[in-house]
Amino acid sequence: MSVLRPFDKLPMLNSCALLLVGSDEAIQQKLAEAMLREKRSFNISIHLATSLPLPSERDHLRPRIDMVVFMIDIKSKYSLKNVETSLAYVDASFFLGKVCFLVTGVGRVNACSIETNAVCKLAEAYCSPVLFCELELEGIRAATAQRLLRMLQICAGHIPGVSALSFVSLMRNSNVD
Amino acid sequence: MMRHGAGSDWSVRKAGAGSTGASEAAGPRRVRRSRDSAHRCPLSEGSEHSSERTHSNSPGRQPAPHPSARTRPRFPGGSIMDATVAEYIRRTVLKMPKDEIKMMLQKWGFLSEAQLQTLNFHQIKDNISHEVVQLCEENSADIKQAAALDIIYNHIYQNKRMWSVYQMKKSGEEDEYFDIADFKKKFKRRIRSALKNVTITFKEYEDNAIWIRVAWGTPYKKPNQYKPSYVVYHSQTPYIFISASMLKSNLPLLCQALIVASNYHDIREMELRSHSLNSLKDIVFKRYSQNFETYTPKPLQGGNVEPENADIRIIHENGREKERIHRLNQEAFGSGPQPQLEFAQYKLETMFKSGPKMDVLDKKEPFRCLVKFSSPHLLESLKSLAPAGMADAPLSPLLTCIPHKARNYFKIREKKKSFVSP
Repeated sequence: MSVLRPFDKLPMLNSCALLLVGSDEAIQQKLAEAMLREKRSFNISIHLATSLPLPSERDHLRPRIDMVVFMIDIKSKYSLKNVETSLAYVDASFFLGKVCFLVTGVGRVNACSIETNAVCKLAEAYCSPVLFCELELEGIRAATAQRLLRMLQICAGHIPGVSALSFVSLMRNSNVD
Repeated sequence: MMRHGAGSDWSVRKAGAGSTGASEAAGPRRVRRSRDSAHRCPLSEGSEHSSERTHSNSPGRQPAPHPSARTRPRFPGGSIMDATVAEYIRRTVLKMPKDEIKMMLQKWGFLSEAQLQTLNFHQIKDNISHEVVQLCEENSADIKQAAALDIIYNHIYQNKRMWSVYQMKKSGEEDEYFDIADFKKKFKRRIRSALKNVTITFKEYEDNAIWIRVAWGTPYKKPNQYKPSYVVYHSQTPYIFISASMLKSNLPLLCQALIVASNYHDIREMELRSHSLNSLKDIVFKRYSQNFETYTPKPLQGGNVEPENADIRIIHENGREKERIHRLNQEAFGSGPQPQLEFAQYKLETMFKSGPKMDVLDKKEPFRCLVKFSSPHLLESLKSLAPAGMADAPLSPLLTCIPHKARNYFKIREKKKSFVSP
């Protein structure tokens, strides 16, 4: 059961579960804490992982994952490689709006090791939106946390009339067509 | 014997000063710059500079003394301090941070407590240095005392210099009792037999370290006090730490003198260099925390306790992986603080391999690669790579072997094994 599937478990009442996958645990922890500080009306559990597949012994304890965020540090090629290998362990049906790429560290322009082109191509290949942020700044961290929370609510189906499939509109580039 | 000639590095004309037999001998006249005859030093002054045998009066490359040195009143009947010594002391004092000058002068012990009381340590450093030089004049300091002050400064600020490590080999005899006086005598004799113009100063410290300062000259030039070499030797060990000056040509003589003085028969340079002398000592004396093979292969519990206030809504999925990385790190680096190195350098003497289409590169050898890792604290940053999620654990043995092999310069050659170090 190593592949992550979106609908293999029953949802819990008024709860969402988010999975952050990325090689830098410290920044994941900070982002998770920022998300927990936000006001919300539902229960949330945030799972932090360095890579996929997730260890199978905790599988029965894990709730249904509503959204997966792959965190890529623009300063580290290693993090991009890590994400690329982890993508193989996600079921294809997750990529209908329940996956998002989060590129961090964009504030340090002179330390970039990954080209944004490469990340955008990856996101296009997997039909998922990309968000760019700098999590070391508290303001941007809070803003990113709010955005992710909102996306998580939609992915979990808490917003009537809006489904995760509508995230495809986030990907449309206004310059194209 | 009066020497005069090209390329001396005295920049001050001293009327007949220090030249043995100058005032009696009919030496050639020298055109004096604006100095009056009152500055003529007594003949006896010359012989007190025991470490220098020749003096010369033509201007050279050493920095000129401060203008006030020429016009300061001399003490009638007292000895006159050499102006270059004065300048050297002044510059050494200027190097020191203002709030440490008093402490270093006290350690030096050349100025009495009463004299130190007369100094005003709250004025600008320039003035403090002049006052210190004046007091040294009263006590007629010579180059030996100036060198001792320099050693004190460099002992405290040892991390400003780059140190290399050398290892000596005995020919298999038993360790004799180490006699420090014998060591000093043999060392000085060996160096002086090859080069007369040197200033050699010794200082012993409590941790059995012997500090040696050598200022080098040439057969025709006085020693350059501003570029000395420092040697640190712990007498019970075969290791020598050398901070060479720019004058690398004197290194063979220095090494020879060290082996002769310490009764070893060979010396070789280890591929280990750093600014932190204590870290180098830690590495070669094996004083850092190493990892020893424990009987139980499983790590002890209690190392990775989650903090009590961890939010239960944040779940760390890869706890086992974290533990594995932590364990591998402990095995590779040990649990204590790492010795401080600034870089590791790997010279690749392997063939440059290219794709099959670029066969031009196969025939010639256009590239030789040199990989250098730099960091303010290299080993700690290597240790934190895997936990920070920037590298896979375990790290390459090329990186983790640095303290065990006591080297941070490597040559990687083509071989069937993973790497070879010479």
